[in-house]
Amino acid sequence: MKKTVNQKAWFMVLPVLLLVAFSAVIPLMTVVNYSVQDTFGNNEFFWVGLEWFEEIIQSERMHDALIRQILFSSIILIIEIPLGIFIALHMPKKNSLWTSLCLVLIALPLLIPWNVVGTIWQIFSRIDIGLLGYSLDAIGVDYNYTQNAVDAWITIIIMDVWHWTSLVVLLCYAGLQSIPDAYYQAAKIDQASRWNTFRYIELPKMKGVLLIAILLRFMDSFMIYTEPFVVTGGGPGNATTFLSIDLVKMAIGQFDLGPAAAFSLIYFLVILLISWVFYTAMIHTDEENQS
Amino acid sequence: MAKITLSNLAHSYTTNPVSDQDFALKTLNHEWDDGAAYALLGPSGCGKSTLLNIISGLLTPSQGRILFDDQDVTNYDTATRNIAQVFQFPVVYDTMTVAENLSFPLKNRKLPADYVNQRVRDIAEMIGIESLLNHRARGLTADTQQKISLGRGMVREDVNAILFDEPLTVIDPQMKWQLRSQLKALHSQLGHTMIYVTHDQTEALTFADKVVVMSDGEVVQIGTPQELFEKPAHTFVGYFIGSPGMNILPADIVGNTAMICGQKVPLDASYRALNGELALGIRPEFITLTNNPDDLPVTVLSIEDIGRHKIIRTDFFGNELNIVSAQDHDIQEDMKFVTFDRRRINIYENDWLVTP
Repeated sequence: MKKTVNQKAWFMVLPVLLLVAFSAVIPLMTVVNYSVQDTFGNNEFFWVGLEWFEEIIQSERMHDALIRQILFSSIILIIEIPLGIFIALHMPKKNSLWTSLCLVLIALPLLIPWNVVGTIWQIFSRIDIGLLGYSLDAIGVDYNYTQNAVDAWITIIIMDVWHWTSLVVLLCYAGLQSIPDAYYQAAKIDQASRWNTFRYIELPKMKGVLLIAILLRFMDSFMIYTEPFVVTGGGPGNATTFLSIDLVKMAIGQFDLGPAAAFSLIYFLVILLISWVFYTAMIHTDEENQS
Repeated sequence: MAKITLSNLAHSYTTNPVSDQDFALKTLNHEWDDGAAYALLGPSGCGKSTLLNIISGLLTPSQGRILFDDQDVTNYDTATRNIAQVFQFPVVYDTMTVAENLSFPLKNRKLPADYVNQRVRDIAEMIGIESLLNHRARGLTADTQQKISLGRGMVREDVNAILFDEPLTVIDPQMKWQLRSQLKALHSQLGHTMIYVTHDQTEALTFADKVVVMSDGEVVQIGTPQELFEKPAHTFVGYFIGSPGMNILPADIVGNTAMICGQKVPLDASYRALNGELALGIRPEFITLTNNPDDLPVTVLSIEDIGRHKIIRTDFFGNELNIVSAQDHDIQEDMKFVTFDRRRINIYENDWLVTP
């Protein structure tokens, strides 16, 4: 059959192009615009080329924030993914009132606005009135998240685990639910150990949702802002100043629009790059398994 | 290998079964002989898979006991019972190779590596997948995956029984015949007790020495294919087995005569006085269409020529009556009468066969 060629069909994608232009491309271009210019006020701008990019790439401030950010994302992925799988494996399998109750309880943290989560943990951890902080101090643990960097990190990591492990649990649970009973029955008949059942049945069947869970958790944790901002404000010192907190300080606190714009673009590219690496790596192992 | 005894067994999926309707499997007593090949035949939802899962230990019965060679295994799990089972849809371990799939049940039982390798090769050869041994199980066709499942079911030599739960559902018709005869050959080779669940009568009749026919949670007849064909113990067996099934006509029985819609049909023997709903059952193969006005009058509705024989669909005083006649039987316009082979007539009282 001969295909008809009609270049006018391109007009069909015009609405989408317009929509994307207004919602994404044009706002992004204003950022690009700032990143290559400088101003001394009075709304007068002049061209500086890639100076801001060079400055940001070489700045120790950005390096430190990036290292903190990578460390933070790694830690929460290492905790949340296995913990999420573990909890999902221990959820009741049959549909019952008990299952629904568990699901609602699990999903609850996901429904709380991010700044409220921050506020909850900020108050919860205070050593003067917070249940956690006060109790820890009362039993003699030297805990103070406003002064000790390690304590601040522990608090923020526990908060993130509390807030987001649910997402991993729900995704894994959905993956597990889709495994037909016959697989478990076959495993029993083959006398597979609990570990082998997990390794050869549950894990392979969860692979797809795990890929999504890891990507989502990586991207979200890499862009985290609200919760640590509310709890620690980036402190003590710069101990919990992650990339987005640093960016906001630079853009709004110091009003350094040029460097902040360059920072934003680099930040964006780093997330894109790491997500791409994750995705290709996982898809690749998947294909390898198929051959 | 073992003789399997079901004693007073019943199962209900509801927690507090009250009436008969609550039971997916009604009270059952049966012995499965050691080394025999059985088929469990019945329509979907008749309880055959339930029975199979109870024997394999995936399901604990609500009442009754299961004995393997006089040892009570009712509360043993599947692994302890040492049973192999093959499911309706292929269950393979995706990330493993075919060889790893086949060796998995053996490795889990910590058997020596030499033995495992030998056994895997033997089984792969039996089911014809030697060339795929190092291939990953994922991405293979459903046919091949089901062969792997079958192979995994047969790889252990010491199992008490091998259970098949409609294992050929996903297989091409052509491959079905091949695999079925392979299974049959394997049975005579290995000598395991095999129980084969199916809703396909051809499959059941070709595979099994003895067929257990189930309907609505009840075992209605256990017999050889020939017994099921000639003497169905229940009208259900009569019309479930055979294509088309047995003709069941409501009748009155007095001594050695049956009265069907005012027509007299002589019987081979005298019956005692019967109560309840009575019916006469005759297989379409044992009815002949004639032009003799002394025979029973029918209205011929259609004639289906299906190659090796003809199916004549007729109406007999409002009852459907099917006749199977030989391919070379010449059917004429004036053939409006039928005659029954009286030795092949069965009489049913409340759906159960009665003997003269």
